[in-house]
Amino acid sequence: MIISATRILAIFRKELKQLTRDRLTFGMIIGIPMLQMILFGYAINTDVRHLHAAVADQAQTQLSRAMIQDAQASQVLDIVAERATAEELEQLMRDGIVSIGIFIPHDFERRLQQGDRVAAQLLVDGSDPVILGAAQQLARMPVRLDTATGPVATKATFEVRAFYNPERRSAVNIVPGLIGVILTMTMVLFTAVAIVRERERGNLEMLITTPVSTPELMIGKVLPYILIGLIQVTIILGLGALLFQVPVNGSLVDIYLASLLFIGANLTLGLVISAVAKNQFQAMQMTFFFFLPSILLSGFMFPFEGMPLVARYIAEILPLTHFLRLIRGIMLRGAEIAALAPEVLALLAFMVLTMLIAILKFRKSLD
Amino acid sequence: MAAAIETHDLTRRFGTLTAVDHLNLSVPEASIYGLLGPNGSGKSTAIRMLCGLLTPSEGTASVLGLSVPDQAEALRRKIGYMTQRFSLYEDLTVLENLSFMAEIQSLPRRERKGRIDSLLQVFDLGKQIRQRAGTMSGGQRQRLALAAATIHRPQLLFLDEPTSAVDPQSRRDFWETLFNLVDQGTTIVVSTHYMDEAERCHFLAILDRGMVAAQGAPRTLQEDIDATIVEVEAEQPNRTRKALLAVDGVFSVTQLGVRLRVLMNKSVTTPLVHVQSALKSRSPDARARLTTATLEDVFVAATQGRYRKQQRGPKQATPGARP
Repeated sequence: MIISATRILAIFRKELKQLTRDRLTFGMIIGIPMLQMILFGYAINTDVRHLHAAVADQAQTQLSRAMIQDAQASQVLDIVAERATAEELEQLMRDGIVSIGIFIPHDFERRLQQGDRVAAQLLVDGSDPVILGAAQQLARMPVRLDTATGPVATKATFEVRAFYNPERRSAVNIVPGLIGVILTMTMVLFTAVAIVRERERGNLEMLITTPVSTPELMIGKVLPYILIGLIQVTIILGLGALLFQVPVNGSLVDIYLASLLFIGANLTLGLVISAVAKNQFQAMQMTFFFFLPSILLSGFMFPFEGMPLVARYIAEILPLTHFLRLIRGIMLRGAEIAALAPEVLALLAFMVLTMLIAILKFRKSLD
Repeated sequence: MAAAIETHDLTRRFGTLTAVDHLNLSVPEASIYGLLGPNGSGKSTAIRMLCGLLTPSEGTASVLGLSVPDQAEALRRKIGYMTQRFSLYEDLTVLENLSFMAEIQSLPRRERKGRIDSLLQVFDLGKQIRQRAGTMSGGQRQRLALAAATIHRPQLLFLDEPTSAVDPQSRRDFWETLFNLVDQGTTIVVSTHYMDEAERCHFLAILDRGMVAAQGAPRTLQEDIDATIVEVEAEQPNRTRKALLAVDGVFSVTQLGVRLRVLMNKSVTTPLVHVQSALKSRSPDARARLTTATLEDVFVAATQGRYRKQQRGPKQATPGARP
């Protein structure tokens, strides 16, 4: 079979023209990464900050006031109310006005000095485990105060700040991952739909009676999306640097190489879907069937290490898992792509395998 | 005349449905061969098998000397296929669609522009070159589709119900272009359910439920029809129709305004007398006369004829039952 560059180019140019005329799809290419970037970057933040809190300070000493200030300085808490008793704090929590209450008994300083009893109490709305976790970390503050001598307040502030530093780390972790998530979503879906649409509209029936071969058709259809994928990577990298000051510790060339590999793996998967799906709706369903485990199991949402063994085996099949290791390694740890060869090989293997399936499945007939 | 297409017991089943049932065709070169039949009679399936789009369940086909579907790849350079549905890109312009097809069909670069220009002229699309295909009228789209299907000068052209969405004038123009192509040596296979279109074909195969009910030149088919045709004019055609259907030997009565076309078994020796005597009592004002067959009569006789034989088969198989 002779592969003709003219025919591949013809399909490539046709596809690009159609894309630029389909305003909605074209908008999505730019819109999806921008929107997701902003959504994930700002909203998904596992560091808890600015929890509404109330204080009942019965001690009213210099030390108790200093401790409240320290707690506030950690930015975990925003003290929105002051009350006299623990009962009133509980009431505020029941009403949903605050999620944390700080109760400082009148013998606060004596308790601290004697060290036999807990000096103060932290009342927590435990319904949200994330808040509970934050409070448990916060609770370590008075314990430290307990053992401290000398300039108590200064030391306490220091300890808390050290603990709650990672605010920036969350965005740093999410942005590289987001490159992978967005590429998975758009690349698989776009290729799958691009071919299924031709089948649905009857274009394919006409095309397969022409000399166009399956590889020509697939390469021509996929090329524009490689371009689009690279544009999306650029948008995410740019916004990440601009909005969240995400550092790029490794080389840009390596980042684009890794992305290119990952784009390839997703496009071939899209081709497999397009060969199987009968209409655009089915293609969409299959994409999401693949998209969900990608997001949940790849280590984008939850740390990979915490997952059960079976989930980890499944995750090893997903290209996103390998890409996340690659891109986080390159962007955050400044690793070189060559040092991450196993991940590169895994992606390559996925790509070759799916491409084979796609070509075998996609027969030039209507049977 | 050499045959462009030769099929032998070509059959295609979809599950329990047999869409094309032991089709035997011989399509002569440089002619228009019509496949006439109602929806679901297997016309499209037959064309798709001949293009190599569908694998036959049984039987063989030789198209332009190539065996289908084994040599379908080689065949693709020599055939043009115009699908039932408009299958070019609606979001591309006329020029973009034609340029795309020229590149896909691997026309040499230096020939492309000249070929497209001449097609634009032949198919009268010169004014629409920048118009998107999706916004054109049915007739314009169909001309564009034919231009695209013939851009590589195919020896053999398959047209699947090409004029379904087209007005009568465009249809006439369209057929003129087809005859021009035949004059240049192209063989054309066209499927249709329009009688006037079928009449223009050099040869016809009437398909009914996947089988060939009759085949030959339209004129020959009309002359050789397996029925006697009586035309009846009546004031109350509907009542007369019921009366006629009760007459022995009548197997089809079709109303055309105040006229009724009555198809009778050829075995009836004096058909006119038969009809007139039946009408005398129930519809005295009706006038009957013998007439020649139209293609529609051929179609009805061929499709219903098969049905008749099936119904009568068992009776003839048990002659002893008759008194």
